[in-house]
Amino acid sequence: MTWIAGALVFWGLAWAANVRIAASRSRLARIAVPVLFGVTILVLWEGLVRGLGVSPVILPPPTAIAAEIADSGAVLWGDFVQTVVRGALSGLAIGAAAAIATAIAVDRFAFLRRGLLPIGNFVAALPIVGLAPILVMWFGFGWQSKAAVVVAMVFFPILLNAVAGLQATDRMQRDLMATWGAGWWPALWRLRLPAAMPFVFNGLKIASTLALIGAIVAEFFGGPTQGMGFRISTEANVLNLTMVWAQIAVAALAGSLLYGAIVLVERRVTFWHPSQRT
Amino acid sequence: MTRTLPVLTVLAALVAVWYAASVWLNAAWVFDQAARAGTAVTWAEVIPQTMAQDRPLLPPPHQVAAHLWQGVAGQAPTSRRSLIYHGWITLEATLAGFALGIAVGMGLAMAIVRFRAMEMGVMPWAIISQTIPIVALAPMIVVLTAQMGIQDRLVPKAVISAYLSFFPVLVGMVKGLRSPDAMQIDQMRTWSASEAQMFLRLRLPASLPYLFASLKVAIAAALVGAIVGELPTGAVAGLGARMLIGSQFGEPLIMWSALFAAAILAGVLILIVGQAERVAGRRMGVRA
Repeated sequence: MTWIAGALVFWGLAWAANVRIAASRSRLARIAVPVLFGVTILVLWEGLVRGLGVSPVILPPPTAIAAEIADSGAVLWGDFVQTVVRGALSGLAIGAAAAIATAIAVDRFAFLRRGLLPIGNFVAALPIVGLAPILVMWFGFGWQSKAAVVVAMVFFPILLNAVAGLQATDRMQRDLMATWGAGWWPALWRLRLPAAMPFVFNGLKIASTLALIGAIVAEFFGGPTQGMGFRISTEANVLNLTMVWAQIAVAALAGSLLYGAIVLVERRVTFWHPSQRT
Repeated sequence: MTRTLPVLTVLAALVAVWYAASVWLNAAWVFDQAARAGTAVTWAEVIPQTMAQDRPLLPPPHQVAAHLWQGVAGQAPTSRRSLIYHGWITLEATLAGFALGIAVGMGLAMAIVRFRAMEMGVMPWAIISQTIPIVALAPMIVVLTAQMGIQDRLVPKAVISAYLSFFPVLVGMVKGLRSPDAMQIDQMRTWSASEAQMFLRLRLPASLPYLFASLKVAIAAALVGAIVGELPTGAVAGLGARMLIGSQFGEPLIMWSALFAAAILAGVLILIVGQAERVAGRRMGVRA
């Protein structure tokens, strides 16, 4: 009973504090409010699970999950390397390179643009995840098939954004490049590619989530006895939910870190863009 | 004509590449069979054989189309081999998840627009929630619903669909509900509109274009969620389950026809949302 009461009291206090901090609109408040909100949810979770005596088979308390992460660091790290580094990151790099190269070709040839863009728009909305079993059949159970699924998933979002970005320069800017006697390649390198970068990074941000989804889904169709998708599905089947939650925590952390890394690079590359000025 | 010609050209090129690739990939099997039988085959004999294998590495388009047609029209819709039956199972979960996603997304958006603390507290977590690969949660949602005594296989799939589709709705609605400018809000104030009236008569109608743009993204995401939800759940019915079965039994044609059925379903759903947008826009006096 004390667990529940304590959690509810904490909730009330945190909510009051948040309303108060939110009113101040300072830079610190922008960080403090969401952090306090997250902590509140963890405390509520812990208090309710312990207070109501929820079985760990249904929902383990956060402290148990933290203990699991501390205990099985080696396993989690091995799965992380297999899924995120080998599968998701290599696939994301290949897919992004291929998509940007295709976007430049599409931008160069108007015929290709008119032909490929409607198809690309349509394909981007399709459940490409469904290719996973086929690609696993082609590329085997190793990380190559996972990377292939990731390539297929990230290609179209990045392509569409890059094509939109390459067209983001206006007539005046292109005329200026022409008056300087810049050919197609210099104009691409110095004007259109930099101008496309905000769009490309937009696509990369969408793709970073898709990459992790693709790498994990591909593992459901077979793979080595390692990897986050493999671990999650096997441990969920034997009801070892603390391990599953530990994997989810790692996946969430990996996803957020990947997203954060892309934002950091974006800040360096597109420092001139209005959205980056503070 | 100037618009369809490039599309048709690219499509034709894709089909040609597909045929070439299926000849190239499937030829290995034909040569293998010939070598085992101790006979030599020429390319003129190989090519027809690559077009009609039972378990091709890459089935040529016409074989996929035939299998798809057979799955849709060649079966009674209630048969377990019918793609209509499996498509319907997936569609049910998609629509349930889509509805749930819209409800959650709109509810959160309304709270965020109304309470500043909600915006600062919830918005960063909503963004983080999307960086968590949902598929990591999928097997657990399935176990969780089973533990809570919910036998319906629809529920976990719908939850996963909703998780994927709520975010576009949330972002679009926050933008849309904030889209009325100061002048319009002042105008409502001079009419001494209450907060509820301000919401119903100004903010909600103003958010409609944003809502529909989000819905097109959300319905596609909901379908992906339903299919992904079928993979780790050991589902026996649904398009995702068909893909899994095809993968486990080494039946590429089942995988390909399920994939194309899912693609067609996605296209139809997006068209329906687009049509609803047009109808709603016309009723509200938008000139198309």
